[in-house]
Amino acid sequence: MLSTIQPSRCLSRFPVHLPTCGRTKSRFLRVVSSAQPVTTAPLADQSQILSIRDSLLSRHLSAVQVADSYLGRLKQTEPQIGSFLHLSEPDKVLKQAQEIDDKIKRNEEVGPLAGVLVAVKDNICTADMPSTGGSHILDGYRPPFDATAVKRLKDLGAIVVGKTNLDEFGMGSSTEASAFKVTANPWDLSRVPGGSSGGSAAAVSARQCVVSLGSDTGGSVRQPASFCGVAGLKPTYGRVSRFGLMAYASSLDVIGCFGSSVADTGILLHAISGHDALDATSSKREVPDFTSQFLSASSLKSRPLEGLRVGLIRETVDGGVDSGVKSAIQGAAAHLEQLGSIVTEVSLPSFSLGLPAYYILASSESSSNLSRYDGVRYGNQASCDELNVLYEDSRAKGFGSEVKMRILMGTYALSAGYYDAYYKRAQQVRTIIQKSFKAALGENDILISPAAPSAAYKIGEKRNDPLAMYAGDIMTVNVNLAGLPALVLPCGFVEGGSAGLPVGLQMIGAAFDEEKLLKVGHIFEQTLQGHKFVPPLIQDGVFA
Amino acid sequence: MASTLFRTIQIHPFLLYPTAICRRRNGVLYCTMKSTQTQTATQEKQQPPKVKVSQHTQSKTPDKITRDYEAIIGIETHVQLSTLTKAFCSCPYNYGSQPNTSICPICMGLPGALPVLNSKVIEFAVKLGLALNCKLSLNSKFDRKQYFYPDLPKGYQISQFDIPIATGGYIDLDLPLEFGGGHRKFGITRVHMEEDAGKLLHSGNGDYSQVDLNRAGVPLLEIVSEPDMRTGIEAAEYAAELQRVVRYLGVSNGNMQEGSLRCDVNVSIRPVGQSEFGTKVEIKNLNSFSSINRAIDFEISRQALLHSQGHDDQIVQETRLWEEGAQKTVTMRKKEGLADYRYFPEPDLPEVILTQEYVDGIRNSLPELPEMKRRRYEKMGLSMQDVLFLANDVNVAEYFDATISRGADIKLAANWIMGDIAAYMKNEKLSINEIKLMPEELVELIASIKGGTISGKIGKEILFELLAKGGTVKGLIEEKDLVQIVDPVEIGKMVDKVLSENPKQLEQYRGGKTKLQGFFAGQVMKISKGKANPVLLNKILLEKLNAKS
Ligand SMILES: [Zn+2]
Repeated sequence: MLSTIQPSRCLSRFPVHLPTCGRTKSRFLRVVSSAQPVTTAPLADQSQILSIRDSLLSRHLSAVQVADSYLGRLKQTEPQIGSFLHLSEPDKVLKQAQEIDDKIKRNEEVGPLAGVLVAVKDNICTADMPSTGGSHILDGYRPPFDATAVKRLKDLGAIVVGKTNLDEFGMGSSTEASAFKVTANPWDLSRVPGGSSGGSAAAVSARQCVVSLGSDTGGSVRQPASFCGVAGLKPTYGRVSRFGLMAYASSLDVIGCFGSSVADTGILLHAISGHDALDATSSKREVPDFTSQFLSASSLKSRPLEGLRVGLIRETVDGGVDSGVKSAIQGAAAHLEQLGSIVTEVSLPSFSLGLPAYYILASSESSSNLSRYDGVRYGNQASCDELNVLYEDSRAKGFGSEVKMRILMGTYALSAGYYDAYYKRAQQVRTIIQKSFKAALGENDILISPAAPSAAYKIGEKRNDPLAMYAGDIMTVNVNLAGLPALVLPCGFVEGGSAGLPVGLQMIGAAFDEEKLLKVGHIFEQTLQGHKFVPPLIQDGVFA
Repeated sequence: MASTLFRTIQIHPFLLYPTAICRRRNGVLYCTMKSTQTQTATQEKQQPPKVKVSQHTQSKTPDKITRDYEAIIGIETHVQLSTLTKAFCSCPYNYGSQPNTSICPICMGLPGALPVLNSKVIEFAVKLGLALNCKLSLNSKFDRKQYFYPDLPKGYQISQFDIPIATGGYIDLDLPLEFGGGHRKFGITRVHMEEDAGKLLHSGNGDYSQVDLNRAGVPLLEIVSEPDMRTGIEAAEYAAELQRVVRYLGVSNGNMQEGSLRCDVNVSIRPVGQSEFGTKVEIKNLNSFSSINRAIDFEISRQALLHSQGHDDQIVQETRLWEEGAQKTVTMRKKEGLADYRYFPEPDLPEVILTQEYVDGIRNSLPELPEMKRRRYEKMGLSMQDVLFLANDVNVAEYFDATISRGADIKLAANWIMGDIAAYMKNEKLSINEIKLMPEELVELIASIKGGTISGKIGKEILFELLAKGGTVKGLIEEKDLVQIVDPVEIGKMVDKVLSENPKQLEQYRGGKTKLQGFFAGQVMKISKGKANPVLLNKILLEKLNAKS
């Protein structure tokens, strides 16, 4: 069952400005609630964040009411889905919401994300909540600081509702490699949410929170976004500070965003982007206001993507991809053409080299990054009488098997005598891949592909077949190797579950051109007529 | 930080490598935020580099054996940089502070923390690279050196592996005359940047150890020499020259006792005439230049003896510790194959890119270095002994330069500094920066004596007053009315007075006992309160003594 996609009817156009345009010191224009008349933002129907903002400033709803609504649904759905490893006390969330309401009542400034409930992947440090990375070795660990991304969200008024489940330290594609629990896909509870940011994707999909942070080393934001039918953005490497993100593979890791709309994803990205003095690899480039040029569906011209050059990566729709996924992507390509863009196939001959190169590089870096989990300073320490045993036992008991496997692979690849054959060669492949993407993005504005070769699979289906699991990353790892930004958004369904399973379209852009991806993604999303990607489980109770 | 506790690592206190035992006390893990041993906060004063050797502690092995062998010595030196903050975080580092009081998530290696390079580290590395006549890599990078040890929070050390910031240099030095003198040039293989590790504090009873991370992340430069040295003295002088260079540059305090300058030496021997190298032995725990010298000489003798007895197979690749008490080296650990540190490029830090302008800017700002100073002093006509003394300590050299640049007589200035001033500093345990005599006053003092305003004797008295209390030469001379009397009439009057008051002695003198001239001179000097110009005094005295009355 492939959904047919029709461009929505296009109405007359008028410029729309989000209330969050213009960069100030606080990165968003802070709005004094009484200082200006509140007009309902035209995009509010496309963005939960803007809708909440409108409701608060117009006093239609209080932050407590908004929080209550999400907390109610969270309480109701969490036992089935299991998105979270740690939840903030409801009272604490409501207290933060009350503080926002009090400020609004006193006509004080509130941040642009005031009252927005955010979920944070548990490998991103939060000072007031445990941060385990999904690993037993950090069971109960509480960092003494907030990750820069979390700090920026809090500074803008967001409320962190909890820490989401993940494959241990981000190593996995189904969230089954978590040391603590299995998360279910809200579209079909017998299926995985994808991974490693499965908890963050499921939480947004089930509307347990407004938006969430994930991390993407080889596809860990994009593949679960595809599986859970939400928008997921992997920013350019360096766009978002990694400070406070527990390192898996430092040269590939990036914090990414989940939202139930492209606009929310873009607003979230804007909030967390920008140079950070605490991360030497974070970029000093200006951060554009990604969503300020967004137009509402009703104001789009008939062919809003006129002239946009779109390259469909041939190698991603070859064999090995589910036919349903292939059809959905072809449907998406047709939709892009109807919107005015020129879709052609492009070939990236080095594409298939990405997977082995990725697994060598990521494992190598992880074997080093995870050395700090030695039981000496924090986390679980084995009881023992000898130093070597302390290391061995703490790590043997603390790490799960997937993590151990990658540490072993990485240690091997970096060992004297093997370095040239593995690590060095993988770096050479990485350079080739970067060049081929650069060439393809010279001829095209964006590249498209599926986000994963299949829709969500059954829990347990691939757990004992790591190679099949690794092969599922084929669509996404190249983008990390090239350091490019990519947006995944739902574009259709395949059969499965009670209402079908969502399929994600991946759009890849040039480095630091998230703006274009978000703009195209937004138009694509707004013109997908009649499709609300809301799982059947909660369709009735969505906050509006 | 309250939620993150340091815990005890319980290991044997005597060996610092991971084969030790650890034990839990009552099954409880102890927080090491409190210290078990208090270290003194007083900083060691910078002692000028000086190799001391007591003859009787030298090798007891007959010279005969060692004479048949040639030693090959190379040195790896770690210099702790005196940057205000650590290499990759903003923690300050002060030697001797309470354990774990200067730490943060970054230097503790907490999950999610990232290093950001302190640019001073690059500046200091470039300075030292240039001072050691190295070729600089305009594009270098950091790498991770991986191993497990409790004092290494991240499980890897950020270092530089295949592309160090500086390579292929050399260092010039002059051996002191007491060791035979002579100029030496030793090759420098490389200089690279890295971070220091923390320290383990061992409990008194040896039951457990605790980790102090104050030193973790402090920037180091590792300097690797070519195996160009042949004797303990050469090696010790190499280290002393390196200390002079880092102190001249101001990149490190170079104190060996504090561990700011640490030397590990590699020693091998081969029969004279043989071209291939023998088995290399590494010696650690060398806390002074003299221990470098003695440890190497001991090791050369040990190896030579084994070799001469046909036991050269007992010379194995190992790390040996120098035991200061026993004056010998002992096995610390045998090396079983090469350690595999699995180096790879540090992905958290960008490449280190230097521009030629940056390098040139630093090159132009380099101070005069010890070797240049010695050559300049030599050209000024000073003896090698004086040259070595004055150039040894950068502060002494700067003091000397300040006096001669103000026109002081070179030899006289050198003599004052090396003589009475050095003796005073030694007695009072002061550095030259702590004495109250300003260089310009030393200039004035020397000029006043040379110009005859005061006598040399009074000059010395003034000197000690100035050293202890400060002030100006002119002020003291005026205050104490010390100006030399050069008026012949006035001196003549004093002579007359003395002669008239001592008629008996005058009689004797004129009777032929001319030795009494000294007595009269002394009496005149006494009533002049030492201020009479001695030459003039004697001239007038003689005239009057010999005058026909
Ligand atoms: Zn620190």
